Amino acid sequence: MQRRLTGSANDPLIRARYRRESRFKAYSIAALFVAFGIIVAFFTDIISQGYSAFWQSEIRVTLDYNERAERIGRFAIPEDLREIVSRGAVRSIPLQIRNNPELAGTTRTEWVPVYSRVDQYLKGKEDLPPALASQVNELKAAGVIRTTFNWAFFTSGDSKLPELAGIFSAAVGSLLVLAVTLAFAFPIGVMSAIYLEEFAPDNKLTQAIEVNINNLAAVPSIIFGLLGLAVFINTFGVPRSSALVGGLTLGLMTLPIIIISTRAALRAVPDPIRLGAFAMGCSRWQVVRDHVLPLSLPGILTGTIIGLAQAMGETAPLIIVGMIAYIPEAPTSIFESATVLPAQIFTWASEPRKAFVEKTGAGIIVLLAILLTLNATAVFLRRKFERRW
Amino acid sequence: MTTLLLLAALAPLGYLAFRLGRGKALQTMAAGISMHSRPQQYGWYSVVWMGLPALGVAIAAALLSVFGVIAPSRELVLIVSLVVALLGLAHGLRAIRPDVRARNILDNTIRWLLLSAALISIITTVSIVLSILFEAMRFFREVSVWEFITGTVWAPGDTFLEAAGRGDEVGEGTSFFGSVPLFAGTFMVTAIAMATALPIGLLSAIFMSEYATRAQRGIAKPVLEILAGIPTVVYGFFAAITVTPIIVDIAAFFGLDASYSNILSPGIVMGIMIIPFISSLSDDVINSIPQSLREGAYALGTTHSETIKKVILPAALPGVISAFLLGVSRALGETMIVVMAAGVRPNLTWNPLEDMTTVTVNIVYSLTGDLAFDSPQTLSAFALGLVLFIVTLMLNLVSTYLVRRFKQNYD
Repeated sequence: MQRRLTGSANDPLIRARYRRESRFKAYSIAALFVAFGIIVAFFTDIISQGYSAFWQSEIRVTLDYNERAERIGRFAIPEDLREIVSRGAVRSIPLQIRNNPELAGTTRTEWVPVYSRVDQYLKGKEDLPPALASQVNELKAAGVIRTTFNWAFFTSGDSKLPELAGIFSAAVGSLLVLAVTLAFAFPIGVMSAIYLEEFAPDNKLTQAIEVNINNLAAVPSIIFGLLGLAVFINTFGVPRSSALVGGLTLGLMTLPIIIISTRAALRAVPDPIRLGAFAMGCSRWQVVRDHVLPLSLPGILTGTIIGLAQAMGETAPLIIVGMIAYIPEAPTSIFESATVLPAQIFTWASEPRKAFVEKTGAGIIVLLAILLTLNATAVFLRRKFERRW
Repeated sequence: MTTLLLLAALAPLGYLAFRLGRGKALQTMAAGISMHSRPQQYGWYSVVWMGLPALGVAIAAALLSVFGVIAPSRELVLIVSLVVALLGLAHGLRAIRPDVRARNILDNTIRWLLLSAALISIITTVSIVLSILFEAMRFFREVSVWEFITGTVWAPGDTFLEAAGRGDEVGEGTSFFGSVPLFAGTFMVTAIAMATALPIGLLSAIFMSEYATRAQRGIAKPVLEILAGIPTVVYGFFAAITVTPIIVDIAAFFGLDASYSNILSPGIVMGIMIIPFISSLSDDVINSIPQSLREGAYALGTTHSETIKKVILPAALPGVISAFLLGVSRALGETMIVVMAAGVRPNLTWNPLEDMTTVTVNIVYSLTGDLAFDSPQTLSAFALGLVLFIVTLMLNLVSTYLVRRFKQNYD
């Protein structure tokens, strides 16, 4: 409805100005909606790419532990199903027979994963040769093929066969790397922040340290990878691809984030608390240890969690220090070769086979879920312990 | 391993030192002599005497072996530092006297410990510069700086034969290290990213700080910041799997021929990644402009948008520029998106639908192959890294300078 305009609002110049006003506001709203639209499109896209990897088709077969199967597992399977059953799933049959000799000569009916292309066909993502496709359809109609939740995705490591590949070893690697990062960056970061905020005199050295920390926070992450390669691997001889070198590299990267957020947390503690403690005869260190640190701890933890979340999503420096190795078994120490979740995602994304696309998507969903949880924890901590002085 | 063993041995020793030191102080006090500090401070005092010299020995030994002066065996280092620890403990205990100011000494020790932690950031920077510079020098011994800076052909391709000891098969002068095409690709992708991020980020910031209600702002800001928390490897996958096919389809619709590793797609996705940096930094800047400026403008009869355009944005300009520069520095150094979605072919072109490659892509590919560590192609990664480091450092310095120089005092 057209508003009735009176007085100067009827002036065409003024009306033009009002139109410009609403147009500008519309632009700014549009920009925000474009950004929101991108977020929605992004999450829809990733989830629709990846969710199907949480399901896996299985086929019921009668495993025949005959003599030939003792050498090559494939022979345990009826001949007409050999194209359909996952090659990886039957590979362990000779080993099973060797470990458990009374299996030999018996038969057993089991659900085993199907070949990745058949799985993709059943999910409607890939075509099969017509003969095979009709066979699969018949089996499905006969109830021999079913779809179950893909627990193996969470419990097994990487594999060259898409139907068997999982994220377990990468998750363990991520955990080890983060542990090293935390053990390295947290104490040093908090100590540096305490020094700068509570002890440092305002001199050239302090200013130099401050400028340095701010610059380090903005150095591209790949440069830290080059540093890790040149210093930790080539000079100090830390094993390549290990969680140790990855964690140290990420630790150097996380350090400025922890320092900056810890300083903000320390600064938020009001001076009267320090002065009160000084008045009671505390030394500077006692003031910090008994009064300032406990009060700023929630803030420090929030900053640390955010720093760790950032480290957890980082890939480029880790690739430079060699953490894109093929790791089927979870590492058991920080000196062994390891891979991390983002690097695993990168490896799967560069696989040419189509079945790996959904694996990549599923890995991303898991990674994003972890990161969102970490960030939500940080927000929760901040809200819970937020304090107005 | 030696470090872990040493720490495992020092921990019980430290406990012992604390008990002994405190015990001696308590005894003295029981005898009616007043001490300068509290008993537990004497306990910590003896711990410091026990631990610091021993750790000093261990660190000195580690440094000596790293820099190749002498390489003492692990057992030797362990034994010597334990002996030093025991000597230190004995000295510390003997030194406990009523007039020893344990508390002040502890405070000073802690101050030095904290300072040395803070120095690690400087050490990091220095080692970044030295290590990259050192490797880059080895590269420039084989390739002239001039060729590296001005050469327009980047073709290190044949060097792998040389590295494999078959250099004679390719002959001399077959590898070229002219970095211009790489930097062209990097600047192209940065330009596309900033062209995407700046309008969306700035306008969103204007909406959030000028038009939005409190509640709208409370939703919009954290939602936008989700974009900053998404790992770059995920953006790379998004660019390669989703955005690239769309761009190729759209280009085909207009009768254009787009490559499947075109530079436009990683550029746009990188822009999406940078939106929250621009928006939240600009939002902070716009918020810090005092209300009196707006009210002065309204009093002169300007509309809201005129106030924003004529008063607020000019006042916020240094802050916005510095946000822009920080965005540029992120885009220059961004790796995963371009590694996953851009091409590997060095290509000097103005057409964003063609494939181009970037500096960071080349760093990754030179260091993930099977090349010997001292082959020119591997070393070229450090030369590229050096330039990248210098350029981003400059951008950061300029942006901090801008903010400080043009920060106006409104009060």
